[in-house]
Amino acid sequence: MPQVTLTVNGKQHSVAVEGRTLLVELLREKLRLTGTHVGCDTSQCGACVVHINGESVKSCTTLAVMCEGAQVTTIEGLAAADGTLHPMQEAFREYHALQCGFCTPGMVLSAIDLVQKHPEGLTEREIREGLEGNLCRCTGYHNIVKAIAAAADVMHGKRDTIAAAAE
Amino acid sequence: MYDFAYHKPASVADAVKLLAADPDAKLVSGGHTLLPALKHRLNKPSSLIDLSGIADLKGIKKVGNSIVIGALTRHVEVATSDVVTAAIPALAYMASHIGDVQVRNRGTIGGSVSNNDPAADYPGAVLGLGATIHTSKRKIAADDFFQGMFTTALEADEILTAIEFPIPEKAGYAKMKNPASRYVMAGAFVSKGPMGVRVVINGAGPGVFRQSAMETALAASWAPGAVAGIKQDADGLNSDIHGSAEYRAHLVGVMAKRAVIAAG
Repeated sequence: MPQVTLTVNGKQHSVAVEGRTLLVELLREKLRLTGTHVGCDTSQCGACVVHINGESVKSCTTLAVMCEGAQVTTIEGLAAADGTLHPMQEAFREYHALQCGFCTPGMVLSAIDLVQKHPEGLTEREIREGLEGNLCRCTGYHNIVKAIAAAADVMHGKRDTIAAAAE
Repeated sequence: MYDFAYHKPASVADAVKLLAADPDAKLVSGGHTLLPALKHRLNKPSSLIDLSGIADLKGIKKVGNSIVIGALTRHVEVATSDVVTAAIPALAYMASHIGDVQVRNRGTIGGSVSNNDPAADYPGAVLGLGATIHTSKRKIAADDFFQGMFTTALEADEILTAIEFPIPEKAGYAKMKNPASRYVMAGAFVSKGPMGVRVVINGAGPGVFRQSAMETALAASWAPGAVAGIKQDADGLNSDIHGSAEYRAHLVGVMAKRAVIAAG
């Protein structure tokens, strides 16, 4: 059985996998990191989005064995050790950007990649286009877009806190 | 998904050896078309040969009057490349509209072109610009490369290594996308340049094809109105729950006109 060594949320793991094991299966079933969800399993819904080397990818369409040496970040790896939320997580809470929460881990990871790739700032349209790969079936997009705009301001130092951005 | 053996060669020569030794092997790089097919058990490869460790197959460069893009170059890299944007903006535009962000972060030009999915974007640009496909053993003109649904001129032990795009005077792309997955329902890539005037239709038929009546009209007069009156025959076009052959035939005219407008 192939062995894959990768770093997940800062911690190195060496795991025996099958060739066909998906990254999301490794995360959920081998490492018990169940914050990453499987929605459609056809690379459309984005509930399974994680970061590989800082870029958002769909972990249901990535083979674990192809992640040798990769740095993976999941929703569990975003908050600080003392529990302080990442600005994007805090913004989702502040703006009520979730209802059932199933799509939220993928939304948050996609949103962080989007904001990081646009230090110049984002228009509402760019945020909506940047979320094309994430589906929310509670139809909660409006508040998700507002949360991302607020988190972008905080992540790029334009405001100090999410609460300040909300005012 | 059925299980398979996994290989990660470090060179094209090693990958060719592995491919030649196993007729049921498949190549993988981004995996964004192959893995969904394997999940549906539409394919049962005995082994996957992962090309992602071969550095020679990556990158974008301007060589003379062409842009050469390595097979493993991801869609996001083509979409955001200054070199591509300066020389062939229509190509960067096309790459920036494939699937979604996460698909563009993984999917590669070589995978898309080798697979020749009728609903893929890239074959339209490759044929629409009259590109040359470089492989592990030869160079193939785009006009000879695409041979219908999921079929290309690639031999069983041949690997696509790069694609060479001649820089056109002007080019444009327009597509009607499926709203859920953003694949091409019907699209048109038009260009004028060293490879002549080209109008290539993707998504609408079982494979990409040149629309010769529109090419003749645009060669005589490069203007959106030149293609507007030309009817695409619905015979042989794709027909499914997302659109009938007649609807796609109508879209061909609309997309060709929009592509000419985009080209300017």
